[in-house]
Parts: sequence; C-alpha cells; structure tokens
Amino acid sequence: MELIYSITVGVMVGCSVFLMLRGHTFSIVMGLTLMSYAVNLFLFASGGLATHEPAILADGSEYSDPLPQALVLTAIVIGFAMTAFALILAIRARADLGNDQVDGRASESDVLANKREGEKLRQSPEKPSGGKYR
Amino acid sequence: MMHLPGLPVLLPFFAAVFVLFPWFNTRLPQQRIVTQMFLLVLVVLCSFVFIDTLQNGPRAYAMGDWQAPFGIFLIADSLSAFMLVLTSVLALATHLYACAGEDETGRFFHPLFLFQLMGLNGAFLTADAFNLFVFFEILLIASYSLLIHGGGRERTRAAQHYVLFNLIGSAFFLVALAVIYHTFGTLSIPDMAARAAKLPEESILLAKAGGLLLMVVFGIKAALLPMHFWLPRTYSSTSIPVAALFAVMTKVGIYSLWRIHTVVFGENAGELAGLGMDILSWLAGATLIAGMIGALASKTLRWLIANLIIISVGTLLVSVSLQTEAGVAAGLYYTLHSTFVSGAFFLVAGIILMQRGQAEDRFVRSRPLLYPRLTGVLFVVAAMAVIGLPPFSGFIGKVFVMQAAYDAGQAYWVWPLILISGLVALVALSRAGTTLFWRTQGTVVPEAKERVSRLHFMGAAMLLAMSVALVITAGPLTEWSMRAAQDLHTGITVSALNGEGGQ
Repeated sequence: MELIYSITVGVMVGCSVFLMLRGHTFSIVMGLTLMSYAVNLFLFASGGLATHEPAILADGSEYSDPLPQALVLTAIVIGFAMTAFALILAIRARADLGNDQVDGRASESDVLANKREGEKLRQSPEKPSGGKYR
Repeated sequence: MMHLPGLPVLLPFFAAVFVLFPWFNTRLPQQRIVTQMFLLVLVVLCSFVFIDTLQNGPRAYAMGDWQAPFGIFLIADSLSAFMLVLTSVLALATHLYACAGEDETGRFFHPLFLFQLMGLNGAFLTADAFNLFVFFEILLIASYSLLIHGGGRERTRAAQHYVLFNLIGSAFFLVALAVIYHTFGTLSIPDMAARAAKLPEESILLAKAGGLLLMVVFGIKAALLPMHFWLPRTYSSTSIPVAALFAVMTKVGIYSLWRIHTVVFGENAGELAGLGMDILSWLAGATLIAGMIGALASKTLRWLIANLIIISVGTLLVSVSLQTEAGVAAGLYYTLHSTFVSGAFFLVAGIILMQRGQAEDRFVRSRPLLYPRLTGVLFVVAAMAVIGLPPFSGFIGKVFVMQAAYDAGQAYWVWPLILISGLVALVALSRAGTTLFWRTQGTVVPEAKERVSRLHFMGAAMLLAMSVALVITAGPLTEWSMRAAQDLHTGITVSALNGEGGQ
C-alpha cells in the first residue's frame, strides 16, 4: 500500500509542477490545486499508514494517528480558500492586463490568436465569438 | 492576567469583527476613529505584555487547558513581546497615515488591516509549528487583499506574483510539517527541541530534509536571495500605508528562523545542530550584494526603499547565521530599527510622490515640492537612519551586528559587506535626494495642497521619532534584547509549561 500511495503522491506532484511551470494563470491555478491535493495526501500519510485500526485508542496496541487527520482537515479548508482567492485574482488580472499570462505580457501565440479572432470578427461582424472579457 | 498572551491575538480579531458590523461598515469616519482607538489599546496591551515578561519571565497560555505536549500553547516571552510592541506601534503610525485618504480607494481597508495584525501577533506568540502555519495563512490572506487595495494594473500584476508564489510556499510549509511530524512525532516547538537530540539514526536524514524545507519557507517570507524577486515589485506597486506595514512582514520570516532553527536545531540538537546555517550565511551575504545592486539600479524611490529592505534582510540573516546569543540580540535590535525606519521611509516616499504630480516618485526632473523643508528634513532623517550614520538607530544597530560578528570570528566577511552596503545606500540615497528635491522646473503641483494632509506628516514623524527613541533608550534596550536572546536559547521545557500553563 505504501508503494502505491507514494507513487500516487509523486505523480500528482509531478503533474502539478509541470502545470505550474507554464505561463498561463489558469494552468498554474490548476497546478496549485493538484499540488494541494498531493500535499494533503502526504500530510495524511505522515502519521504512518494503517487500515482497519481504531481511530484513537483501543485494547490493541496499533491505532491510526488522529492528529494528521486533523491537520489535513485544517489544510484542506485553508487550501480551498486560498485557491478560490487565486482564481478570482486570475480572472481580475485577465480583465486588467488583457491576457492570462502571469507576467501580464501576451505571448506570441496569444497575439496571433487574437489577430485571427479579429479577422473572423471583421468578416462576420454580427456573430462575435469572443468571451466576455475580450 | 492568566489570559494575557491570548489577548494580542483576540483584540484585533474582535476589533475587525466590530468594524464589520452593519452600522459601521458603510461609515468610513467612524471606522477610522474606532480602529485607531483599538490600535491604541493594542499598543498599551502589548507594552503591558512586554513589561510583564521583563518582570515575571515568560508566560505560557494553554488553549482549552490541554496540557503539554499535546495542547497548543501561546507563549509570550521577551522576544515575542518585543515583536508585539514593534508591530503595534508600526500599525498605529501607518494606520494614522492611511486615515488621511488611502483607505477611501476601496472597501474593507480597516477590517483587513486588523486581520493582518491578528495574523502577525499570532505568529509571534504561538509555540506550535502547525499553529504557526495557520497564523501565516491568516496574515497572508489579509496581506493579499490589502496588497490589491485600490486596484490598478500594476497592483494586480504584483499581487498575482505574490499570491501564486506564497501559495507554493504554503504547500512547501505543509510538506515540511508532515516530514517533521513523521520524524519528531510532535509539532510543539518546545517538545521538538527536547526530542531533536534523541532522534533515531534512520530518521536524521528525513529530519534534515524537513528542517531545510522550513528554512526555504521562512526564506520566502524573509526574501532570502533566490526567493527575493517578489519583494521590490510588490512593495513598490502597493499603496503607501500597506507597503509601510509590510516592512514587518519580512521580519516574520526572520523571527520564525529564530524560533525554529535557533531553538530546535540549535547547539543542543546533536547531529542536527546548526542545520543549514553554513548555506544560510552564504545566501545572506549574497542577499546583501543583490540588494546593493538593486539599490543602485532603482528608478523610483519606492523601488529603492524595497531594495534597501532587502539589504536590511541580508544583514539580519547574517546575524541569524552567527548562531550566537549576541547574534540574536543584535538581530533583534536591528529588526526594531529597520522595521520602524523602512516603514517611515515608505510614508515619506508617499508624501513626496503626492507633491510631484505625474512624475510620482520617479527619479526625473519635475515640478518642485510644495513643502520642501518639512519633507526634506523627514527624508534626510530617514536616509541617515537607513544608511547607518550617527546619531540615528541604524548606526547602533550596525555596530551591534558587527560586534556580534567579530565575537563569533566571522568579521572577515561580515564587516566588508555591511560597511559597503552602507556606502551603497549612501550613494543611492544622495542621488535620489538630489533629483527629488533639487532638479526641479515649473511651479508646484496645484492639487498637492489638498492631497497632503497633516496626518501624513504625523504618521511619518511618529515612526522616525521611534528611531530616535531607539537611540535614547539604546542602553536598556540592548540589555533587554540580550535577555530575550538568552530566553530564546534556554527555551522552555515541556514540564515548565505544565507547571505554568493551564491555570
């Protein structure tokens, strides 16, 4: 079980790092979400993994440590609030800066896409295809 | 009396909730007065905690009367009391400045300001590593909202970097705590310190990884070299009072390094003793150099002050890496000085930029200031204090740090770096001052009279007066900071907690 658990956490962290290294805020927020899941799983495992054990103490000597569970619960709540804030901020930045790059400078592919969008608009002006923030 | 350590956390919390009540939340003038009164009470309360710890020693408070090592403790020792007084006075002055009009640019300035204080005070008081994380998050989420207060392109961009970077930092924090819980079996700091020397052979490596990860997290907060790039843009794009309050935010990182790395991974930690301190001393020196380069290359006054903060952080990190009691005491005095003075300097920069109209605080030829004499005096005092020229507090602070480095046998690299950083600050600030005050053309900006109010000057003057007060009381202050350093190094044992707490 430990092996599967650690592989799961490792793959999730790997994916989140890949997403966070991209320049778009959306993929970074997705990466952060994935990262917080992975971190929560890691935190949960810090008390040692045990199945079918009593929650706190019973007659047997083995028990599953309740403290990491409490820590994870706190971490989930905080992580949720923080992700929500980051998401709202990303939307705000998309509106303020005109693109969703982290440093606020549109990449070349964005500029090209915008140009194509504009040409499409010019050809059929009655059917605008851009989103609300374009 | 027995609930004393809990009050500095609870007071800002209840004040924030009070200001959010329906009648208040739409009335700015009343909010200002009430918040200002609460802050005054907070200053008195923190001074009381300070006097109490000096007379009666550390005071522990067991939340919910759960005994150590299982309960979560708030401990007010002299080190935390120093930081509490520092934060509350800084908050009072910056809030006074904000009441002159900066709080009108968005909603909920006052509650957010108070929540920020709650997070800061909690981080300074807690004796539990996970609780430290929780208070870090409280102060962070309040700082995110304060940072974008007022809005604007630059602010949104800076906030985005700051938020995303700190979220990654929080994830690191959690991973570090998980590793530490797994190896130490506890997250209470006094208990961790007691167990550090007795760790079994196979978990030493994991514990080292956890401790170093924590150092990365605190380095992010403190703006240690590879993690300092967020600081100049964040501080220079946010509103002036928020930037001045943020002067204490980097010190939270330094304080946590003291709490965790000096206490838990201190000299009694067996194989874990002095964990990462050799790397930290290299990075501290590099941070100083990076700050110097940044200061010389700055194009606006706020950017320059942000880089001077990086220099002061480098100096503080040097004092942490000395690992001596004298180092901690020197660092503590320097923390007091640099927080007050950088906060004051941001307020002065705000006064200057309001009088220069379109040019703001950029180093370009522009219209003359409306109040050149008063602003000039404030600027010169702040500049002399930052550079470290006598008779202001920067001089004593730097001498103190250099003395500690000499006693620790590290003078050969610390002295040149600190002295050169003073010279660089002198060059950068004299260049800035000449441009801002003397390279002028045209007439004064007409709106300046309405924009600059008496409260602005009062806020800045109050913080600069603190710098002078630090010089006048330097004798007792150094003695007290030595005692705080001793308190930190001896630490509090778990049995002492149970004897004292839970009353």
